[in-house]
Amino acid sequence: MLDSSFLLFMAFALVLVGAGVGVITARSPVHSALFLVLAFFTGSALWMMLEAEFLAIVLVLVYVGAVMVLFLFVVMMLNIDNERLRQGFWKHLPLGGGVALLMVLEMWLVVSSRQFSSMVPDPRGSISNTKELGRLLYTDYVFSFELAAVILLVAIVAAIALTLRRRKDSKHMDPALQVQVKAADRMRIVSMPAEREL
Amino acid sequence: MMDTLQAFFGPLWPLVWTLIKILAIVVPMMGAVAYLTLAERKVIGFMQIRIGPNRVGPFGLLQPIADGIKLLMKEIIIPSGSNKFLFVLAPVLAIMPALAAWAVVPFTPDLVLANVDAGLLYILAITSMGVYGVVLAGWASNSKYAFLGALRSAAQIVSYEIAMGFALVTVLMMSHSLNLVDIVKAQQGSLGLLQWNWIPLFPMFVIYVIAGTAETNRAPFDVAEGESEIVAGFHVEYSGMAFAIFFLAEYANMILIAALASLMFMGGWLSPVSFLPDGILWLFAKMSFILFLFLWFRATFPRYRYDQIMRLGWKVFIPVTLIWLVIVGLLLQEPLRGLPVLNLWFH
Repeated sequence: MLDSSFLLFMAFALVLVGAGVGVITARSPVHSALFLVLAFFTGSALWMMLEAEFLAIVLVLVYVGAVMVLFLFVVMMLNIDNERLRQGFWKHLPLGGGVALLMVLEMWLVVSSRQFSSMVPDPRGSISNTKELGRLLYTDYVFSFELAAVILLVAIVAAIALTLRRRKDSKHMDPALQVQVKAADRMRIVSMPAEREL
Repeated sequence: MMDTLQAFFGPLWPLVWTLIKILAIVVPMMGAVAYLTLAERKVIGFMQIRIGPNRVGPFGLLQPIADGIKLLMKEIIIPSGSNKFLFVLAPVLAIMPALAAWAVVPFTPDLVLANVDAGLLYILAITSMGVYGVVLAGWASNSKYAFLGALRSAAQIVSYEIAMGFALVTVLMMSHSLNLVDIVKAQQGSLGLLQWNWIPLFPMFVIYVIAGTAETNRAPFDVAEGESEIVAGFHVEYSGMAFAIFFLAEYANMILIAALASLMFMGGWLSPVSFLPDGILWLFAKMSFILFLFLWFRATFPRYRYDQIMRLGWKVFIPVTLIWLVIVGLLLQEPLRGLPVLNLWFH
């Protein structure tokens, strides 16, 4: 029972739970975001142990490398009043607790089901699961995959369209025109006869 | 010798052996970093018709060691208004990815610490974490200049990572593999350097090197430091060795980008002509060439303005990579890849 992979799993799981608790208890939102980074990273290590190396690395690449950087970017610039955030704690506790209880119940149902316990990693460990995932995504599931991509694209376009404001008063330039500029457009050389000093 | 060591460490031997291999990579790397700083000062010196450092040792060769000792002796000042834990953690986070990425970089087909199948993905994931060092340094310093530098750097690195990722996607399409050894082997051929990826993927090669310059915060993309506008950007509050760590990370990242560009576009350890043998020296020569380009850029170009950096990344590089992705995809299809010239690269 006490083999090395079990010990590793326990270590990662403890760090993951600790980081998760840190996310909701840290006083500063920047610390919360950093705990979330730690949680993602540890989660990725757990996936790596399940031999899902593609998912594990993509989790780090996308969530740690890009999404959380932008999160930090925004959180750092916010001027959050911690006291005001804490005001409604007792009022919102029953609702939050109810949702949490429901989530625990759902998770217990999933984990205890027969299907979940049969989902163990394939022992034929040598297959590159990047290749297999790519093949499945672009053959069997190509329409649902493309559909998801289009939905994301629509969301991006909508978010940009909603927030785009063109400022009339800002001086804005056209790089294409700048590149095409010739010396003659900006400067005129005038030939003048030399003047004698009086 | 090896057997006695193996017997001495017993079950711990695999761990010890891996540590020895890690040291064998990291120690020469740190030496390379030190002498890259000297090379930079010498090369830029000659480009500006100066001599460069020539006081310490013959031709100034001991200058990096003198600099290192000086930085080690200096006091590390932690500002009273800073977040102390993150202030100390930031340089560690900056240098960790720069060193960890070397785990999967092959020097020859057999000389690689971990020959993993998802090597390219691993490199992308690890290098994408380098930005945390810069962002946290800027925030934890509790200084306006440092904070501005951190914000500039975060936006810049996230933007150029996309173009860089797409450029690497075309490479893995050419080689049908994410394994760096296989990527180099796919460029092997009787025509030598004409069969490397740099010809069919030339726009991607250019974009990769330029995006690499931006990712490492090198001139002309060094707005995160911007010594003439925001003093020194994200590391303005750092002193002594903590400051030096940021520099080590920057130069280690430069060497890493040079190694990756050589492996993916210039055939790694492959010899450019068929009558000379392959070997690790070719890889070092190619890396030196890319590093020389980085130094040359710094001596040549004035700093980009921030909005123009964003324009270059989003409106020029990303569209170009997307178009080239489609072109490579088409050329890899059945009737086209068998055509006389195209079959040199597309198989």
